Amino acid sequence: MGLAGHSQGQLRRVAATDRPRIAFTLDGALLEALEGDTILTAILTNSRYLRRFEFNGEPRAGFCLMGACQDCWVRQSDGMALRACTTLIESGMTLLTRGADGG
Amino acid sequence: MPSTVIVGAGPAGVRAAETLVQAGIRPTVIDEASISGGQIYRRPPSVFRRDPNALYGFEAKRAGDQHRTFDNLRDQVDYWPNAAVWSAQGRTLSVVTETGPKELRWDRLILATGAMDRVVPFAGWTLPGVYTLGGAQVALKYQACAIGEHPVFIGTGPLLYLAAYQYAAAGVDVRAVLDTAPFAAKCRALPGLMSGGRTFLKGLYYVLRLRARGIQLAAGIRPVAVNPGPDGTVSGVVWHDRRGREKRTACDALAAGFGLRSETQLADLCGVSFVFDPVQRQWLPSQDGEGRADIEGVYLAGDGAAVKGADAAELSGARAAHALLYDLGRAESARELKALNRRLARSERFRRSLEAGAFPFPADLAAGAADDLMICRCEAVTAGELRKSVCELKATELNRAKAFTRLGMGRCQGRVCGPAAAEILAESLGVPLEAVGRLRGQAPVKPVPMTAFLDGAVS
Repeated sequence: MGLAGHSQGQLRRVAATDRPRIAFTLDGALLEALEGDTILTAILTNSRYLRRFEFNGEPRAGFCLMGACQDCWVRQSDGMALRACTTLIESGMTLLTRGADGG
Repeated sequence: MPSTVIVGAGPAGVRAAETLVQAGIRPTVIDEASISGGQIYRRPPSVFRRDPNALYGFEAKRAGDQHRTFDNLRDQVDYWPNAAVWSAQGRTLSVVTETGPKELRWDRLILATGAMDRVVPFAGWTLPGVYTLGGAQVALKYQACAIGEHPVFIGTGPLLYLAAYQYAAAGVDVRAVLDTAPFAAKCRALPGLMSGGRTFLKGLYYVLRLRARGIQLAAGIRPVAVNPGPDGTVSGVVWHDRRGREKRTACDALAAGFGLRSETQLADLCGVSFVFDPVQRQWLPSQDGEGRADIEGVYLAGDGAAVKGADAAELSGARAAHALLYDLGRAESARELKALNRRLARSERFRRSLEAGAFPFPADLAAGAADDLMICRCEAVTAGELRKSVCELKATELNRAKAFTRLGMGRCQGRVCGPAAAEILAESLGVPLEAVGRLRGQAPVKPVPMTAFLDGAVS
């Protein structure tokens, strides 16, 4: 089983890619998103997961995408917690897949 | 002036607001989203330029109506976008808003809080790349993204076929649509389904279009496991066909959902009593049939009151508003109430044949979760730990089990694990589902930043 050749990110853009580009960093790496992306979209078009589960470190990538399951909280480098599926990405955001305390 | 508040700006909330404004009342409308539409008619951020037909398909006209209606009301309502009600005590709502925390007094309150997917956990469901069916739709409508390049759609309910169709129409390589409901159930439900008219025909169209594209459709299946690839993400799904034969389908994402469950926490905090609905297998806030809850001044509308779909939500939104107006002494609302009741009663037969007939909830799948399967994805509580709380700690209802295991105590407040946990508990105890009760609503119903407590609330 398994599929070769999937893109680097989990999410795949299917339309509306003519939006202005935005730069942000994820765990120190400089990445690109599009204006109007949520933080979840910005991360998951670049990566296959957006955080590590607190209890066992397994990767998580959100679940309900509508602000109900609370499985997509990430942190900014200043410690601010953000729900990735309901917060729009802003230019220059510095995001962390692990808590700001490294936990 | 008395304060009238509507929570939610989906189909029900928008029609309720429209009805009140027409009667000269200026309601406050609280919306978790940045723009009205709810989940079903969710709009992308304004920087997206997308053709509504591509976004909403057959529902483009209805979505457009909804959006225009609310946009035209904007000067006649106090609209609070990006605002979440996190508590309700007495006649006061605690709300986190764009401009900080607020306490909002209400004299009349319409709750149009909507619904989310009903989840049944199976092995691998917490892997990155597994989403709810509603989530898969939100990704597409709100962000113009697919949840993967080669998704599989699994579960049951009308949303299963709708979401898969929308993905296929957007050019995504849908690998399979796997329905736990047997084909025979749909045949038996056919007379009732046909009472749905246009809605039924749309459903049929989605199935036929998926088939015409050569996408594998299977009914009467059982999900077995989502398989992780070397990098820990989804590489495929293992399932049993209707004869119990093991099948494997390679995929890089999975959308899973088993019908919807109503968001009822605020009704609970307002003190509304609950009744068990055997069709939906959920405890729902009780009402008098016209949206009046048993707490004076509280009205219920839309899928948050009982899952009946978007079209019925518009009607029940208008109905709740008319019930409110009638209670204020506007006798002319009586005629409207009668007409709305008639229309809603007509849609009832179709709804029941969907929920109980064509797409029955696979309660046995939920109840039969393996002991090592994580049920609560917030607090990492397994089915085995839940069963142990019954055997060793004598938990005989959900809130006791929650106290013992932490299941449902996490950030989602049991929204995701609640339905499956209730089935597991009922099966372990050998009692009917309603006998294990329901997880009580607790504030905060959504996570709130500490600033909501520290800054001192202003109204």
